[in-house]
Amino acid sequence: MRLLRDARVRGGLIQIALLAAVACVILWIANNTAQNLSERGIRTGWDFLDRPARFPISESVLPYDPQDSFLWAYVVGLGNTLWISALAIFGATVLGLGVGLAGRSSNPLLGGLGAGYVTVMRNLPLIVQLLFWYALATAAFPAPRAAWEPIPGVFLTQRGIFLPALPAAQLALAVALGLVAAMLLRRWRAVGGVAVFAATLILTGATVEVPELRGFTFRGGIGLSPEFAALMLGIILYTAAFVGEIIRGGIDAVAKGQWEAGRALGLTDRTTLRRIILPQALRVIIPPMTSQYLSTVKNTTLALAVGYPELGLVVNTVINQTGQAIESLLILLGVFLTISLSVSLLMNWYNARMAIVVR
Amino acid sequence: MKYIALAAVAFAAPAHAATTLETVTDRGRLICGASQGTVGFGAPDSDGTWRGLDIDTCRAVAVAVFGDKDAVDFVPLTGHQRIPALQTGEIDILPRTLTWTLQRDANGIDFTSPNYYEFTGFMLPKELGITRVEDMAGAAVCVQTGSTTEVVVADVSDKLDLGLEPVVFDNTSATRQAFFSGRCDALITDAAALASVRATQAENPDDYVIFPATDYMDALTPAVRHGDNQWKDIVTWSIEAMKTAELLGITSQNLDTFADSTDPRIRRFLGMDPGNGTSLGLQDDFAANIIREVGNYAEVFDRNVGKDSSLKLERGANALYKDGGLMFPLTFQ
Repeated sequence: MRLLRDARVRGGLIQIALLAAVACVILWIANNTAQNLSERGIRTGWDFLDRPARFPISESVLPYDPQDSFLWAYVVGLGNTLWISALAIFGATVLGLGVGLAGRSSNPLLGGLGAGYVTVMRNLPLIVQLLFWYALATAAFPAPRAAWEPIPGVFLTQRGIFLPALPAAQLALAVALGLVAAMLLRRWRAVGGVAVFAATLILTGATVEVPELRGFTFRGGIGLSPEFAALMLGIILYTAAFVGEIIRGGIDAVAKGQWEAGRALGLTDRTTLRRIILPQALRVIIPPMTSQYLSTVKNTTLALAVGYPELGLVVNTVINQTGQAIESLLILLGVFLTISLSVSLLMNWYNARMAIVVR
Repeated sequence: MKYIALAAVAFAAPAHAATTLETVTDRGRLICGASQGTVGFGAPDSDGTWRGLDIDTCRAVAVAVFGDKDAVDFVPLTGHQRIPALQTGEIDILPRTLTWTLQRDANGIDFTSPNYYEFTGFMLPKELGITRVEDMAGAAVCVQTGSTTEVVVADVSDKLDLGLEPVVFDNTSATRQAFFSGRCDALITDAAALASVRATQAENPDDYVIFPATDYMDALTPAVRHGDNQWKDIVTWSIEAMKTAELLGITSQNLDTFADSTDPRIRRFLGMDPGNGTSLGLQDDFAANIIREVGNYAEVFDRNVGKDSSLKLERGANALYKDGGLMFPLTFQ
């Protein structure tokens, strides 16, 4: 009895009881679900993962053929999700930095533009923006036969954007050598790197592959589908508005005196921003930026509205083909949880590194 | 929707005392899964009344159970919502241009009796000058998820080495809009649904051509939940009643002239000689009521997709076996 009066013991007991109750509820739901599923004759289990998927995936980063298994179809969908998430986060961060700095600009035109951009983009739902860009991409451009060629070799059509391409192997070699050259050089780094890059391409005899109209559409070169283009454009423009606000807020949070101190030391505004303000602003920026990156990853599931085959669309298709909704949705939940936790771990690590170290 | 359905599976009490017939009778209304709008098969008209071949199938079941063709609610479902909705009890019957396949049959739903035989088709703009699958190499094809056509695209492309480029969408209207805007060269789905899309959504229907994608036919068949045999029988024989009435020459117009028929087959069918309806748990005159309220299969076909409709489809494979079609009425005894 006396033990129960001890707040710590009592607290511990309550927690154990709560945990047990939660575990019971989860067990009951799992048990009930299994019973209901078998009573309704709905198949369960994971054996479908080995069977051939047989449905098409319109485009993918990883190679895919309808003969591949359902498991591989999930992996291909996941590959697409990671690919568009990474591109969206990168693009939105770069554009968002521009938007944030513009919003703080003392130039009234630039400042107004930054503020206007944020207001418009932030207040329109992402799905509406995606549908708008997709409708524009398929309705505004001409059919492949009447393709619009603004720059020689670049074709804009309602089937997508087609660009000239260099052979991948030679391009990779040239980039690698160029980077090595840039690292070895002490001065004229950029020029030296570009020179080595160009020299490699010329020496290996790389030829630019220009897309050409064959049959229904363009072949060769790089093709960006309207689905991909609309998705990237929509999600980057939307996310950049939020990123811009986070960056602007972070910079504003640094005391004005820091700017004045920089000027007093004779630093230019650019140097002050780069060396003094941004390092301090980053500490304010990183936590909200983490949530923004996480929402961006989750927002990629809206891609199914414009027909880009990310993981969500693949999962929907698998559910229809196999009827195994619970297994498929568990995979979807598990995958997104893993991606989100990885992003937040990475950002937390970066945050810890950037934090002021108290000695 | 899918998530609600899942929650229903997770939390529903496992004990299933009530049969579907009892549930429907207690509710006083039938709940029927419908499409998001395919004129001829299932779509609301300008007054908001649902019309179509699949809709009339539901109405026939409502007449069999309640004697009232309006005692039915329609729930529009996307391709991938429809099967979970049936499995989890959101709807009582799913007649939504649903192809009878082994995988579906083996996984929680039961098929009743085909109400439409159909091939999968491609629709292309006429100006491309293509009229057969073999010439479609490299074509972009708009496909909707949640149908058997996704697999047909992959199969055809593989078999004939066409390298078709599927563009897959999640909902019906996006798929059709993408096709008409020119994003794809072709649209694939059931040929009758293509005819419906062409008649109702093309600016000029004559600019489009439809041809079969495969040599195989599909049986579009209303489905019910697995495991309730009585309910499956009721739906099966409500559909059979419409086909049999056509075979016997009974229509909604001439039904009363059979009141003093001496043909034992007709007497059993119309319930004048008792036994058929009560065996199913219905009224003995359920078939007569279906014919009076909804009509026989020919009337339903002509009104929704045939000569009296905007689609003007031929009976073709959907004629009775004695007219060279595939419709084979079962025996009412």
